[in-house]
Amino acid sequence: MKRVINLLLPLCGIGMALAAWWAASVAVPDLPSPVRTWDESKLYILEPLAYRGESDQGILLLAYYSLIRVARGFLLGIAIATPLGFLLGVSATLTKMFDPIMQVLRPISPLAWLPLGLVLFQKSEPAALFAIAVCSMWPTVINTMMGVRAIPQDYWNVAKVLRLSRTTTFIKIIVPATLPYMFTGYRLSLGIAWLVIVASEMLTGTPGVGGFLWQEYNSLVYAHILLAIITIGVVGFALDRLMGLAEARLRAS
Amino acid sequence: MAFLEVRDLSKSFPSPAGVRHVLKDVRLDVEQGEFVSIVGTMGSGKSTLLSLLAGLTSPDGGTVVIDGKPVTGVRVDAAFVFQNYSLLPWFSALENVRLAVQAAFPDATAAEQIRRATEALERVGLGNAVDRKPRQLSGGMRQRVSLARAFATEPRVLFLDEPFGALDALTRDTLQQDLAQLCAERERPVTTVMITNSVEEAILLSDRIVPIVTGPPASLGTPIAVELARPRTLAQLAHDEQATHARAHVIAALTASMQRRTRPSSAGSTATLTSTEPAKEAV
Repeated sequence: MKRVINLLLPLCGIGMALAAWWAASVAVPDLPSPVRTWDESKLYILEPLAYRGESDQGILLLAYYSLIRVARGFLLGIAIATPLGFLLGVSATLTKMFDPIMQVLRPISPLAWLPLGLVLFQKSEPAALFAIAVCSMWPTVINTMMGVRAIPQDYWNVAKVLRLSRTTTFIKIIVPATLPYMFTGYRLSLGIAWLVIVASEMLTGTPGVGGFLWQEYNSLVYAHILLAIITIGVVGFALDRLMGLAEARLRAS
Repeated sequence: MAFLEVRDLSKSFPSPAGVRHVLKDVRLDVEQGEFVSIVGTMGSGKSTLLSLLAGLTSPDGGTVVIDGKPVTGVRVDAAFVFQNYSLLPWFSALENVRLAVQAAFPDATAAEQIRRATEALERVGLGNAVDRKPRQLSGGMRQRVSLARAFATEPRVLFLDEPFGALDALTRDTLQQDLAQLCAERERPVTTVMITNSVEEAILLSDRIVPIVTGPPASLGTPIAVELARPRTLAQLAHDEQATHARAHVIAALTASMQRRTRPSSAGSTATLTSTEPAKEAV
């Protein structure tokens, strides 16, 4: 009984959201209703991997382009953020030195970084990666730093008493002790990277879910805007769940 | 010259209420192969003293000399057992011990390191728990791993910081016997300094007991010799005349310093006075 209710409740929520959407579509004539959105989008969903031309592709194919871009930007971001987090965690001097800069850089929107990226790299693809990396790295920097600082004195004592070298201490104590924090950082970073991708694709017009959204807006196919929005949400949710699973696995081991 | 010599050691920490002097004029001699317990109440500065002896922290003044060499950091031939086990939770018992073996014998082959670590665990009766993680072990077993880790490196000096303080009474009894056994089994004598708040534990294990003269700043009182044959058992200690004598002596020394503390006007000066007496009197 309880399981049935647990299944029904989210369905109720979804139903209410659809009803609100439908009501809004009655009030605003330009907004397609849920049914119309489905009618105009089903080709993209039912043939998710179809390639009918540069501007006309299945939704999974579009999501795939975006995911590849996110993966590259995210990996670039954490490749910089992880060592930076360790350094800041270990050294109070470095923290004092860089904390103000970090606090200022952190709240800057991807929309602000992107033009700078275009100036720096001249091309849209590296500019997009730059924007993703620079926006998504902060949670990893901060969580890794916190993780290192949260290492119990006991573990430092072990390193001291056993006279472990810096390298051994790093590999055998600092990294394993920080790993759970790092993964929380990765998860948050990936979430941000996915947020940034849409903005950067919209501005640079590269193929992907965000690029598709902007292109369909310009071609006045409003149903596809909703299709893109829902896709972005579902993929983002799936990414977070996957990272959450990886994190839980790690904590359990 | 004693194997371990402490002269005029002092240590203070900054605190919100100004500088807190924890230790002052600490003087101690420990002979090679001797087991010395430093007994005091909680918060009396005994853990600070042990970290100074082991070279984990450096003193404000005074010197610690072990085997003719001033202590400036953790010695290669020293081992430490902490009250809270201090095992790394991501490593198995064997890996925890091996980490110490690896650090102590970097030139040994992997097989040799594993053999040493396994042997050390077998000696404390954990031969069939080598692959278990600390969280899969009971408190007593964890502290056994910790003992194995300390003895696996074949130390010449052993520092024990309330090693059995976190254990229940029954487990504590067996572990105390295990420790006595481990110390006795050694081919090379190990010089041991143990911190404890249990007078009984000190009598069971030590050659000499040094009471802490409560501060702050704390210092050490006159050592009390425990001239009892080994192996000792708790049952035997309960009735033994020598043990009763030692127990009374230690408790008297501890309570005397406690009472001094309750009269703040004379606290500082008395504490310092006691420690400047020759510390070897009872040897």
